[in-house]
Amino acid sequence: MSDLLTPTATGRRGFLQRATLGLGALAAASTLQACDSDDPVDPVADVTLDFSTDTGVLNYAYALEQLEAAFYAQVVGASAFNTTFSNADERQVLRDLAAHEAIHAEFFRRALGAAAIGTVTPDFSSVDFASRASVLGTARTFEDLGVAAYNGAGKYLTSQANLTLAGKIVSVEARHAAAIRDLLEPRSRLSVDSRDPANPSFDTALEPRAVLDAADPFLTTTIAITGLPTSDS
Amino acid sequence: MTPTSTPAPLAADLVAETAERAGVSRREAVRRAGLYGAVLAASPLALAALSKQAYSQTTLPADIRAVLELALTLEFLERDFYQGGLDSGVIDASERDVFAAILEHEIDHIAFIQPLLGLSGEEGRPPAGFDFTAGGRFAPFEDYEQFLILSEGFTNTGVRAYKGGAPILMPNDTILQGALTIHSVEARHASIVRRIRGQKGWIPVDPTTAPPNTIQAVFGPGDPASMFPPESNTLQGTVQLSGLSGVTADQIVEAFDEPLDRATVLSIAAPFIVGDNP
Repeated sequence: MSDLLTPTATGRRGFLQRATLGLGALAAASTLQACDSDDPVDPVADVTLDFSTDTGVLNYAYALEQLEAAFYAQVVGASAFNTTFSNADERQVLRDLAAHEAIHAEFFRRALGAAAIGTVTPDFSSVDFASRASVLGTARTFEDLGVAAYNGAGKYLTSQANLTLAGKIVSVEARHAAAIRDLLEPRSRLSVDSRDPANPSFDTALEPRAVLDAADPFLTTTIAITGLPTSDS
Repeated sequence: MTPTSTPAPLAADLVAETAERAGVSRREAVRRAGLYGAVLAASPLALAALSKQAYSQTTLPADIRAVLELALTLEFLERDFYQGGLDSGVIDASERDVFAAILEHEIDHIAFIQPLLGLSGEEGRPPAGFDFTAGGRFAPFEDYEQFLILSEGFTNTGVRAYKGGAPILMPNDTILQGALTIHSVEARHASIVRRIRGQKGWIPVDPTTAPPNTIQAVFGPGDPASMFPPESNTLQGTVQLSGLSGVTADQIVEAFDEPLDRATVLSIAAPFIVGDNP
């Protein structure tokens, strides 16, 4: 099954191919005006994700995986990594997370092929990569947010194969989240509780807009969303 | 955990949404019902309270019911297992908080699933209960390592079971999303239990090395294996990740969890369900 590259009825696949980073706002805007959607679209966003197609949803996941991969690459690549994380188990956890997120990103890049968005540029200026607390706190935010993003995006997928692929990844992100929480508060209930302390038995499912708002401080690339069923997307 | 309050008409709207799905596209049904904001603002427990009104046994398709019934069986199994572990005192004092929280989660998961099936109380729990010794093979409430081995088995089977059932839930966005929010919490459990056993929270190529354990089936293939591969699988969609440079073979396999089919899940659980093993 090649559901990942299923063309859309409206030919939006070509539309998405044009709306990649580096084309310039004007080219993207003229492409968007050609679209017959009445959803409001940000004409100056670097990337637009169309949630009325599985390609758009998977590109959303790809964007978030790129962000996480870039974060952990910087964590394990920091010159002070071995002193910031003097515990070998912690270093291995972070190396594994770096590898897993890079694998996730590479998977989406290959699976989406010509329909893949371009490089998402992060902004980690708020992170102190020489601080264990800053790194683990940011890691926790990213992993919990990633879980919430996948959980909220699942319903927008239309192919069973794509939902299964997303499902295979979200549980690994949840394993990551739990491990990071275990490093922060070893063997506490925090390590198994959900992202929402007021609702610890059930993980969060966030809408794409809310996810991207939460990720915005860590992104240089601007990402717009279209194709959602509600008018306040 | 106080459920979020929701508007009164929501129950009828949910029924209309479910019925409409038979005749209109998913997005069109939602567009008409205008539910997304309200539905998603509600906690799963509020949705469960509503669903008791909205969903009767004749509303849910049989295949969705089957997924939820299997999930409920597993949640009862886990609830009784963790209750038994905590009651027995076998759990290390330093790890009691973790298992107490896991127990709370399973109790809440039961409370979410039951109303969807028109059930309550102990309904949905196998009538003869569970035997966590599996006919005398194990002593999980006397030996902590055995408790942890079975916990690793149950947690990881639960993740794979929810993952295997998710596509069947697709026609119902509310139930799908609720199941996804449980699925990821089960994965958190699975990660911590493996870490308590001195292992990585994720599943490498050979997850059954140390110490010797008897839960290979938990990480093995389902049926058919093409749809439900073992955890050592490297073919994701149409992308073969084997040989990817810069990462280890273990990391490639760890990066993805695999779904499991209903029959295989039941065969893993059967030894622990009284009356299920001949």
